[in-house]
Amino acid sequence: MSGDERWIHTPPRWSATFDPHTIAEIHRAAATGIYDIRGFGAKRKLPHFDDLLFLGASISRYPLEGYREKCVTEVMLGTRFAKKPIKLKIPITIAGMSFGSLSAQAKEALGRGASQAGTSTTTGDGGMTEEERRHSQLLVYQVLPSRYGMDPDQLRKADAIEIVVGQGAKPGGGGMLLGQKISKRVAKMRTLPQGIDQRSACRHPDWTGPDDLEIKINELREITDWEKPIYVKVGAARPYYDTALAVKSGADVVVLDGMQGGTAATQDVFIEHCGIPTLAAIRPAVQALQELDMHRKVQLIVSGGIRNGADVAKALALGADAVSIGTAALIALGDNHPRHEAEYRKLGTTAGAYDDWHEGRDPAGITTQNPKLTARLDPVAAGKRLANYLSVLTLECQTIARANGKSHVHNLEPEDLVALTVEAAAMAQVPLAGTTWIPGRGPQD
Amino acid sequence: MPQKKRSPKPASGGRNSVLDLAELSLRQINQLLHDTDAGDFLIKNPRGAHSLACGLNAPLTVTIGGHVGYYCAGMNKLATVTIDGNAGTGVAENMMSGRVHVKGDASQSAGATACGGLLIIDGNASARCGISLRGLDIVVKGSVGHMSAFMAQAGNLVVLGDAGDALGDSIYEADLFVRGTVKSLGADCVEKRMRDKHKAALAKLLKASGLAGEVDIGEFKRYGSARRLYNFHIDNLGSY
Ligand SMILES: Cc1cc2nc3c(=O)[nH]c(=O)nc-3n(C[C@H](O)[C@H](O)[C@H](O)COP(=O)(O)O)c2cc1C
Repeated sequence: MSGDERWIHTPPRWSATFDPHTIAEIHRAAATGIYDIRGFGAKRKLPHFDDLLFLGASISRYPLEGYREKCVTEVMLGTRFAKKPIKLKIPITIAGMSFGSLSAQAKEALGRGASQAGTSTTTGDGGMTEEERRHSQLLVYQVLPSRYGMDPDQLRKADAIEIVVGQGAKPGGGGMLLGQKISKRVAKMRTLPQGIDQRSACRHPDWTGPDDLEIKINELREITDWEKPIYVKVGAARPYYDTALAVKSGADVVVLDGMQGGTAATQDVFIEHCGIPTLAAIRPAVQALQELDMHRKVQLIVSGGIRNGADVAKALALGADAVSIGTAALIALGDNHPRHEAEYRKLGTTAGAYDDWHEGRDPAGITTQNPKLTARLDPVAAGKRLANYLSVLTLECQTIARANGKSHVHNLEPEDLVALTVEAAAMAQVPLAGTTWIPGRGPQD
Repeated sequence: MPQKKRSPKPASGGRNSVLDLAELSLRQINQLLHDTDAGDFLIKNPRGAHSLACGLNAPLTVTIGGHVGYYCAGMNKLATVTIDGNAGTGVAENMMSGRVHVKGDASQSAGATACGGLLIIDGNASARCGISLRGLDIVVKGSVGHMSAFMAQAGNLVVLGDAGDALGDSIYEADLFVRGTVKSLGADCVEKRMRDKHKAALAKLLKASGLAGEVDIGEFKRYGSARRLYNFHIDNLGSY
């Protein structure tokens, strides 16, 4: 090579607009003519809890002694109307994930782990399995638009009821479960032919709008003799209005699922482009509760991308009563573990990036109905891993709460937080670190 | 909000009782019906109340003397409920078994997602009758509105009058029998051959609804799933 030849071309440069993923997706779309369906939540970078920091104690705020001074983590849910509110030992619940999308073993493991940790787990599309009821001390029963498997006996057996209006991964979308996962048992529970690609409705069949919802909630209360807390779950779209309307409709608990929230099977374009980030959804929801004098009276559960105790503490500090986890719980059970790397490679992916939960070929035996694969998941061991993980989340959350001088995790407050970015400061309505500036607020606010 | 008072026991120990919504609250009446395992009840003055006689779980006989609001006899199991009037949205929604008889007209989503038993509507039913049906049999003596039997999975819908637009859209394995005209069929819903077993099923349903010998089975057409949308196929994109 003569001295000047290397200057003829600059080294290869990737386009920021047409990045390698975008180009690969165009090739994929051109080859197949159909959109990409996958599991997991939004994968793009979004303003999130990592963009917030706790201040900790200082001269004007004194901390609690770690391990010795009590930091309470208990949460009561359903105190507004239910005769039998439920008491969680920790402010973390397991989100609704259907039997069908998950194996029976995985559902059992979620129940076992949650029960050991003193918290609740939740059914999902397709109804309640006997295994999950038996192994879940506190089980929340979902009433979804599809009503697959909906049964009043199961409703009466549940500890709480959750009306699902939407999910963060796909606000406005219905469920889907592809034929590979419609095993005989799943088909029977859903009254569907085996092996079909099942579409679930995105709207409830017997109510539309907040006035109807109020009547629907009342019906569920009447059927269950006003015993059970009734939650309303919404995807984070218009959290201020949705929270206010859920309260007006008579909800005991509002579950707010941000766009990072996981899903078993949804179009990639839906996951990545609909809804708002969890971080942006909490303050408007809390504001609605406060304006109605319902904060802490109607409890707020936040989900969508909760991974560690700091995320839990931040969600609580912004005003949530508890959080809910889906993806992280599956990872704790063993999803995306490097021990399955050889098999992930065969599926064209790698441990940590596996998201084809809809295909039913999960080497970890979690998002599949294939008996050979499901047999790999030991519900007792997996349940223990989940309990361990929940315990870590709780300890981490308490560590932060004590450092901020709080004897109850619910005493965490926005005043304990600052933001690292202008976006996060605006969304979470806390000051940019080192300043008193909250974007969108005047000096007198 | 209804009061959470304890429900009084009916005077006659659960049999042949008259329950008056002008005197008792909805909560009291529903609680009483939930706490009783047999008996005949007449509910007076329903005045369009919502969620009346919902969640019943025993072989009771309940007659409602007037019009009811939403979700009457919702999630019914085992009980026989007769509504001597019109019914609002979602009558007998998600019913599991038993029998519900509306003597007047029914509003939207009658029998939505219901799994078993028999729902008889003497008058007309509005839109989405039998939406997401999962095994209930519905006999409508009048006509049904648009989007009836949307995504119906199992069970039968019999209509003596006409059906509105998009009948049986995205239907799975339910059978639809219509005597009159069908304004339009929904995606993947087609007319199907009326075999002997279908005629027998239809005759049984008509008999159960008190119509034996009154209507000619030969006048009905059967509709069901073409099963073209059961597995996602790119060529059917326009139908999804
Ligand atoms: C495998 C899987 C199945 C799910 N199934 C349901 C469901 O049946 N009903 C529902 O409301 N949400 C469902 N979700 C969403 C979760 O309830 C929850 O909103 C979400 O997982 C929370 O976000 P995270 O995954 O980031 O923790 C599912 C999520 C996953 C990962």
